[in-house]
Amino acid sequence: MKPRQQRMLALGLAAIGIAIAAAFTLRAFQDNMMFFVEISDVVAGNYPKQRNFRIGGLVVDGSVEREEGSMDLRFRVTDMACEIPVSYVGVLPDLFREGQGVVAHGRLGEEGVFVADKILAKHDENYMAPEVAESLAKHVENKTAPLRDGVSECNPNDS
Amino acid sequence: MWKFFHQLASPPHFYRLAAVLSPWLAAPGIALIAYGVYAGLFLAPMDYQQGDAFRIIYVHVPSAYLSMMAYMIMAVSGGIGLIWRIKLSHAVAAAAAPLGAAFTFLALATGSIWGRPMWGTWWEWGDPRLTSELILLFLYFGYMALRAAIDDTAKADKASAVLALVGVVNVVIVHYSVEWWSSLHQGQTLMKKGGPAMDPAMLYPLLAMILGFTLLFGSLLLRRVRTEVLFRERRTRWVREMILSPEGS
Amino acid sequence: MDAMSMGNYGVYVWSCFGLTLVMVLFSYWRARLRHKRVYRDIEVRIKALEERE
Repeated sequence: MKPRQQRMLALGLAAIGIAIAAAFTLRAFQDNMMFFVEISDVVAGNYPKQRNFRIGGLVVDGSVEREEGSMDLRFRVTDMACEIPVSYVGVLPDLFREGQGVVAHGRLGEEGVFVADKILAKHDENYMAPEVAESLAKHVENKTAPLRDGVSECNPNDS
Repeated sequence: MWKFFHQLASPPHFYRLAAVLSPWLAAPGIALIAYGVYAGLFLAPMDYQQGDAFRIIYVHVPSAYLSMMAYMIMAVSGGIGLIWRIKLSHAVAAAAAPLGAAFTFLALATGSIWGRPMWGTWWEWGDPRLTSELILLFLYFGYMALRAAIDDTAKADKASAVLALVGVVNVVIVHYSVEWWSSLHQGQTLMKKGGPAMDPAMLYPLLAMILGFTLLFGSLLLRRVRTEVLFRERRTRWVREMILSPEGS
Repeated sequence: MDAMSMGNYGVYVWSCFGLTLVMVLFSYWRARLRHKRVYRDIEVRIKALEERE
């Protein structure tokens, strides 16, 4: 092969490689966006029935129940309007706790329980020392703890 | 003023100046990083949510910032080279690419190691922030492959500058991804409205790390541009004279 | 030894800092190596030309 042809080949391969990589990541990107479903929509019945999808929201305070001596876990997730019960078996991320933002991947099982096969935790953009967070929570208690039962105004049929 | 810039951009002058300047950027850079590492690991309090794992921020954020900064330097110098035909600016663009790729890789790797214990995953396919940063790495690779594939330096400069400029879209996406879409990645901490959302004892080491990394990057970039200039000027008289002169360099 | 364990996140924290150090040193080493090579190549070519004259 002449050097010129070699260069063309290298360039072609590089272009194809990049195109495949970009297409692959963009596709995965698309998939993730499309199958992220609002909890309100899940409650209203607007969710993909044939495949797994994602929901996101905050873990409701006081809703986490662990089965004694097993990995079984039940909790509720809220989007501040609607709530949905979630069941999960497996290892949790270290950030998982009540009031924390989570993303659950799975499907809707019987009786409206979301059966998760993967739980991911989110954290916010604020960084502070534990003592600071504690005293802050004391002073603005009502603002930082909005996740009590019964405060939801879930109107799933609106949309 | 113009004369000064003109002189600065003249290859022999730049070649000498870069050698002098490079250590003067590296020294304060290393000092700042030494302070940042020490203060970040041992003096800053742990985070109320993430405990000590948050300390990864001290290498992750500077790397991520430089991954975008290097790209912008690469694209803007490429653009300047296209418009004003300044040879030095193409050399800057060519020299910035491997450094940018290195810091992009670092940002991805440290982010992944951080994500495992905190989020519960090494990697989340399709997450906007993660995906766009990965595409940034591919763009650097593509840029370097394109340069390597074209032997004619002038042609390689033009083609790669166009590629770099097109890819700027992706840098914008990386930056705003956490605002535009729902990402696992949290929002802006340092550039948040109303000032950084961070304890000062955590913030100062981070700022020192960012500045230190930037200086170190500048020093490395100068070194690489210097080599690039030498290579591009290999057939000129000043290079010949320099090499044949008794001191060399 | 508290600092080493980093509240059980030691593996993650230290590997990130270690990796960063390795990458920075690698970048520096690459820059140096490339300069040496480019310089030597030019030197060899110019000296060869010089001798022929």
